[in-house]
This record gives sequence, structure tokens and C-alpha cells, in this order.
Amino acid sequence: MAYINGIGLISPQKTVDPTEFLPEIMEYTSDYLKCIEPAYRTYIDPIQSRRMSRLIKMGIASAKISLADAGCSMPDAIITGTGLGSVEDTEKILGDLSSEERFLNPTPFIQSTYNTISSQVAIQLKCHNYNSTYVHRTFSFESGLIDGMMQIEEEMARNVLIGAIDEMTMNHLQITRRIGQWKMEPVNNLALLETKSPGALPGEGAAFFVLGTEKRSSTYAELKDVATCINLNGSFRPEVVLPEFLAKNELSPNDIDLVILGVNGDCKYDQVYTHFANQFFPGKAQAWYKHLCGEYHTATGFGLYVAANILRRPVYPVVLHLNQVVPGKLRNILIYNQFRDVNHSFMLVQGC
Amino acid sequence: MSKRVFITGIGIVCAIGKNVEETFQSLLAGKTGIGEITLFNTMHKGIIPMAEVKMTTEELLEEVGKAGKKNLTRTALLGMKAAKEALGSAGISNIHQYKTGLISASTVGGMDRSEDFYASFLSDPARGRLIDVVNHDCGDSTERIASHLGISDLVTTISTACSSSVNALMFGSNLIKTGQLDRVVVGGTDAVTRFTLNGFNTLMILDKTGCHPFDENRAGLTLGEGAAFLVLESEEVVMKDGKNILAEVSGYGNANDAYHQTASSPDGTGAFMAMSKAIAMSKLQPNDIDYINVHGTGTQNNDLSEGIAIERIFGEHVPPYSSTKGFTGHTLGAAGAVEAVISVLALKHQVVFSNLGFSIPMKELHNRPVTTNHNASIRHVLSNSFGFGGNNSAVVLSRYVTGDA
Repeated sequence: MAYINGIGLISPQKTVDPTEFLPEIMEYTSDYLKCIEPAYRTYIDPIQSRRMSRLIKMGIASAKISLADAGCSMPDAIITGTGLGSVEDTEKILGDLSSEERFLNPTPFIQSTYNTISSQVAIQLKCHNYNSTYVHRTFSFESGLIDGMMQIEEEMARNVLIGAIDEMTMNHLQITRRIGQWKMEPVNNLALLETKSPGALPGEGAAFFVLGTEKRSSTYAELKDVATCINLNGSFRPEVVLPEFLAKNELSPNDIDLVILGVNGDCKYDQVYTHFANQFFPGKAQAWYKHLCGEYHTATGFGLYVAANILRRPVYPVVLHLNQVVPGKLRNILIYNQFRDVNHSFMLVQGC
Repeated sequence: MSKRVFITGIGIVCAIGKNVEETFQSLLAGKTGIGEITLFNTMHKGIIPMAEVKMTTEELLEEVGKAGKKNLTRTALLGMKAAKEALGSAGISNIHQYKTGLISASTVGGMDRSEDFYASFLSDPARGRLIDVVNHDCGDSTERIASHLGISDLVTTISTACSSSVNALMFGSNLIKTGQLDRVVVGGTDAVTRFTLNGFNTLMILDKTGCHPFDENRAGLTLGEGAAFLVLESEEVVMKDGKNILAEVSGYGNANDAYHQTASSPDGTGAFMAMSKAIAMSKLQPNDIDYINVHGTGTQNNDLSEGIAIERIFGEHVPPYSSTKGFTGHTLGAAGAVEAVISVLALKHQVVFSNLGFSIPMKELHNRPVTTNHNASIRHVLSNSFGFGGNNSAVVLSRYVTGDA
């Protein structure tokens, strides 16, 4: 376990200021939910940022916001999770390659490397410590958390900076729409569940968290545990895995006060959540958040932001309510996410 | 973390061999895998050499029992083949007997197919075969390998450029030491693509004469492809099942150069720190290291920075060292695992492999790499893997002698 001591989040909502928690809900009718980006000059030297692509700027800025929030200047490890890295840079090269096999600018190639954000943050901080990047679909961020918590538990690190970063581009939207991942038309994000059609509403975001061994005045909550479970040929058995996961943390389903689900408006896969909640948490309060940030590989970064803030303040904003149940207390939150019923993950967050 | 982690299986497919035995024989014979590009059309054909795996994608499909399947990328296929060999080498038939994970590494994922897709897509957004792009991300190849092996306990993918698969080995070792897994298959896979070829070419670090690691006149790296996996098992499993131990993972270190996105620092800070951490964790002294399988890409920058970092650690007593990239090319995300497998072979057969392509010592260094294969008493091997983004990692692998446990 580790304390969540700082958060930096750039998202389609007004989340850049960590002293506020969803002060005004942003409503969109659009193809995808796009991040509200801050003025980067506060975080990055304009001369440097001129050559950086958008995702890298979002990553560095959110990392710096989280470090300032935690009062930490030099983390003992920098870890990021990203499903696709800088899509914009990758597409630039593919564009050049498709016309003529001779592109002149090496910058997009350098920046397309998945570990660019982890290493750019290290360069900015002059941080020589442990540095790694996980790139496994919706396990990317969770794998980073597992690594970071292991570094803390084994006393290899006291403060770990962990990010969840992915972006959407118009080309990528078109391609993934054709694959069938998304809704085919613009959607009102706050009316997402009324669509009752296949496909999710895409989004993007850059979230960084400072996890630490020490509880401080800036502490949001305790991240008790994280688990990823892959479902290959029916190998995922929640009736076994979930009770085990909770028992390892001396809890049972009944101790969970609020379940935060990755419901994303895709009628085909949202029933996985419905089934899960009915099976293990009947009568419990259920929340969702992907109508605020959209779906992307590292969207659970937004989910953890939501859980941490709910526990710190404590407040349970109505916009997050998925059912009518009001939790009696707010102490234990379970975040459950799944991607196409293949990549299932749990995060257990506790108030402190 | 005092628990021990043992290597009980290895698998590899690379330019010098379709399996461990072929790779070992090529190493012994001093046979390079670098040659002319044959796998795809490119304007660089005949000009820039590459180290391709000598199997077509169709042959790989057949090899893994998936002939005719259209949804598998070359990266996935190479990984499936090498990982399967590793499992077999470890004598594992029942994958569910213990809690088993798969940590794979890749830098290009399914790019070999997405670059074909994009050419059509960009001419018309309705065009391009979707089957060529659905496997684009790095996680895809890992899930294909996991499915091929039946591994489902913990599956993930690491991408830290050219150090990726050493980080997979480190993460896997930590998962065993913390008791989250009993055993784990770790490694990496990367196919050659026009994307990487042209990308590295814009950086002007591809040597048209093939790579010459640690040579004064080195002019760049040679891209290679391949996959390599190692089976790591906990001390409990190894003892309980009386497993044949190939080597012990005795230490590892990861540090960031924090200097430049692609260039290494002149004093090799990150490399120095990574090697120091690995040696310290293994509770050894530098003079206990009997052989270094260096990263040695053949670029001006890497070899100088790495060479200086090595001298900072070992002083005047630099152990025999070689880069084996003159055999395999630089296999990027697979390189760390390819070289870990080669290091295991060095331990097992007590042989130091030569550094192909070397002729003139670097003027900045006071030592030179090994240029002929020779037998030596090797207890501990240090293997380095450094990548863009200043991601530097090193691992110490040790010979296991019965009775050590």
C-alpha cells in the first residue's frame, strides 16, 4: 500500500487546479472528449516546449502539478503507463513513410518512442532514479502502479511518480471508429447512457500521482492494492479473484462503501459492469466517471483521481452517481475497469 | 527482498539462429546474421544492411501452428516462437501448476502491419484493411504470446526503448521476490519495420557497412529483429521440483541518464549508475564480474559513453567484454533479453564470445573488446542495455553451482 500524496490531472474537465474537485462540469456534444490544456509556460520553458508534441507537454505539465501538490521535488522513481504513446508523432512518421520513404525531421521519431514522457520528466527534473514505461492497453497504468507500489513496499523508493497518459487524434478516431470501438456520431457526454448503442465515447487525459510512504497534510487517500486480470478463453473468474483480492486486504465485498465502475456507454460491454455490480455489490452505491473524461487506455487515471478526491474531502458529487444509493460512510472504494471483457482491473482505495 | 530468482529456461529467435542451439553454434562459429534487407521493399535495400530473422512471416506462422492466420503480426510470431522454446527448455508442461506471469517488451508492436495500413488509409480514410491495424499496439503481441502459452496470472508489456526487455526481467524478478508470482516468463520481441529503419536513418546512426561496436571508426548501429524469453522461477519452485538451474538473477539496476532524449551523457552517468546498482544488489565487487556483455550498439555516442562508464567502475581491471550486436544486430526491445540469453550461454558453456566488427581500439579507452571466442572461468556476467530517453538498465547473471542454495 502507499499514500496518494499528490495529483496532477489534465482532462476534458476543469481538473488542472488540484485544490478544486470538479468545480464545474463540462458538457460536450462531440466525437470525442478533448483535454482542456493549461498554459504550458507555467510548467515548461517555451523554447523547449516549442518542439514538443501535445501529449508530451500534457505529460510534463501534469507531472509537475502532481509533484507540487505533494511537495515533492525529486521522486525516487518515475513510471508511466500509456496505451499508445504519442499518436500524433507516430502518425507524422507513418504519413511521411506512405508518400515517400524519406522524412527529414527526426523529432517525431524520437518523440514517438513510448518512454518519451517518462524520460522527458526525468530530464526536466534531472532525476537519475528508476524509470520505466508500461504499454499494455488498459493495464498500462495499473501495471505502473503495481511496479511503483512494489518499489515502495520493498523500500527501494519512498516517493514514486506514476502517470497515465493517452491522447486522441482525428486519424486515430477514424480508424478506431471503423474498428467499432466508438459511437458513430457526436454524443452529449452527460446523456451518454441514454444512447443505448454500441461503442464508447472516446476521450483522453494525462494524470500523474505521487505515491509515498508517509502520510502528510496533502494526503488524499491510501492506495491499498491494485490487480490486473487478463481474460483469455474464460480465464477470468471474478467470483474467485475479487474475494481473494479483498481478503488479501482484510476486507470483504460488504466492506466496500462505493464501487466506481468503468461504464462508458457501450451497451455491448457495459453489461459486464452491471453483472459484476449485481453479483458482488447489490444495494451498494455505484459511481461512474467516463462521461466526464471519455474512454481511453489509461482512463482509470481519471477514476483514481475521482476516488482520491471523494475520500479526501469527503464529498460524493451527484454527477458521478450511477445509482440512487447514498453511501453510509466513505471509507473503502473499489475501482473496477474492463476493456472488451479481456483486460479486467481492480484498485482498492481507502480513506485515511 | 532476499528471495532468490533462478533462470530455468531460455528461448530465442534472432538473425543467427531460429533457436538456442542454432544461435549458440553461430556464436561459436563467429557467423554474423547481418546481411541485405529481404523482408520488405524499401529504398534502403542494398544500401543499409539489417540483421533479419531468416524466416518469412509465413514460415513463422507455420512454425507456431497458425498457418493461414491473418491476424498475427511478425512481432507477435517471433515472440510466440521464442517464448514457447523457453517454456519447453524449462520443462514446463502444466502452466497452471504455479502462479505464472508473462512480462514482454516491445518497441514497435504491430507496426510491421500498421505501416501498410496507413499508406492506404491516408489516401482515403475508408481504405486500409482493418486487420492490419487492430494489432498495432504493443500489448497485442504480449496477449498473443500469453494466449499461446496459456499464461493468465499477470500479463503486461514494457517499452523503454532499447532497454525494454531488461526492465521486463527486473519487473518479473521483483514479482517473484515479493511473492506475487511463482514463476514468470520475461523477455521481448521486435520485428524490423520500415518505421524503425527510416526513423533511425533520420538520426544518421545506421552504419552502411554493418556495425563495428567499440571500434574507433564505428559509424552507427545495424538494426536487427528477434525475440528472446527467459523463464524465471522462485527458489521454492526450483527446490520443490528439482529444476535444472541455468543461472541465477543476482542483481539488476535501472537508472536514468536524464541528459538528452537520444544522446548519452559524455561521462556515462546513467550507465554508471545502472551497472553500480546491479553489482551492489548482487552483493559482488566489480572484480567479481568475469564478462560484460556490453550494450555496444556501434554508435559513436553509445560506445564512448558506455566505455567511460565501464572504466569508471572497473578502473584498470576491466573484465573481458564484447558486444554481440555484430552477430544479432540491434534487436531494440528484444535486445536485453537476446543478450541475457547469450549471457546464460556464456555461463553455461564457460565461453566468452567475440565482438564482431572490431579492428581499431577507441582512442579514449584503455582497453579493447574480446575479438576471439575463448573459454574462461565465468561465475558472473554483467549485461547492459541502454535506450533512448536515457533509460539505462543492467543485470548480473551468475552461474549456479549445485550446493549454492
